[in-house]
Amino acid sequence: MFTSPEAVIAIFGMAMVTIAVKAGGLLLADRLPREGFAAAWLRHIPGAVLAALVAPALVKGSLAEVIAALATGTVYILTRNLFAAMASGVLTVYLMRLLLGA
Amino acid sequence: MSHTTPPPQPSMEQFLAGARACIPVAISVAAYGMVWGMLARSAGLSLIEVMMMSGLVFAGSAQFVALDLWTATPATLPIGPLVLAALIVNLRYLLLTATLRPLYPPGKLGRGALSMYLVTDENWVMTVAAMARGGGSVAFLMGGGVLAWISWMSTNLIGYGLGSTIDDPARWGLDFAFTATFLALLLGMWKGRGDILPWLVAALAAILTAQHVDGSWHILVGGIAGSLAGAILDTRKEATARVHVS
Repeated sequence: MFTSPEAVIAIFGMAMVTIAVKAGGLLLADRLPREGFAAAWLRHIPGAVLAALVAPALVKGSLAEVIAALATGTVYILTRNLFAAMASGVLTVYLMRLLLGA
Repeated sequence: MSHTTPPPQPSMEQFLAGARACIPVAISVAAYGMVWGMLARSAGLSLIEVMMMSGLVFAGSAQFVALDLWTATPATLPIGPLVLAALIVNLRYLLLTATLRPLYPPGKLGRGALSMYLVTDENWVMTVAAMARGGGSVAFLMGGGVLAWISWMSTNLIGYGLGSTIDDPARWGLDFAFTATFLALLLGMWKGRGDILPWLVAALAAILTAQHVDGSWHILVGGIAGSLAGAILDTRKEATARVHVS
């Protein structure tokens, strides 16, 4: 079995809507004014999206994740090194899960 | 705020810088790529279907959802729900790519629209972080995108080949790589007290949404709520500043 027409249609359909949404954001933003409220709104999206990504993961997480998040934040603030912050977060969560048995 | 064009830098250098910047997150892409490949095999996708989906759809969360809906027999394949699920799960990209506008000179967006295909959460976040420091470019974005594409595709195939012999990334703490990176990047975006309110609004809206709705809606809801709060705060400040001047 290689594939079927149904699978090809489904995959192409998924690909089309995905690229449409990705391109759509950029094209819609191009129609927004470059100053005032719309510009301020675009400027605040990255921070808001990141906060929205991170917050539920930390609230839902166990003590291990909370401690690892503190370690990540501390290392990043002290070193400003993204890789060091990421690595210490992963290492901390690994060790804490072993210790706490979570 | 006017967007000055970034200082000219050879685009190959920018491309490689973008790829390098994405190495930390490419590690978690790779871990999940393995898992997706393995699950795709048990969901009944053929090798060619795995390559088509990862190559063309190229969106991790939408592909995980698709595996839930996939059926090995073509006659029962739910084409409509698969496409609709991809649309819903990917809606957050409207917000992400909108913020990339400053990278493209007005009028050249046709080409820009096609390059959005290579935008993922990972290279988007690295690019907006670079933009916040006055850098970032289309080549930088593409460098990260190509790295993410290669890590995703190659680990999907490895996972597919290995079958069910691989571990859960959570066992090695790799599931936390994503959260840790995004947390550090969030801290790097701190510009001052003006960020407190929008970030709090985004976090609270996202937490509430995640508690009640499955999927990635919390990113969209939190992102919209927080950025609107920030924009309202900014325009209010500007208005009062103008009153003081006149």
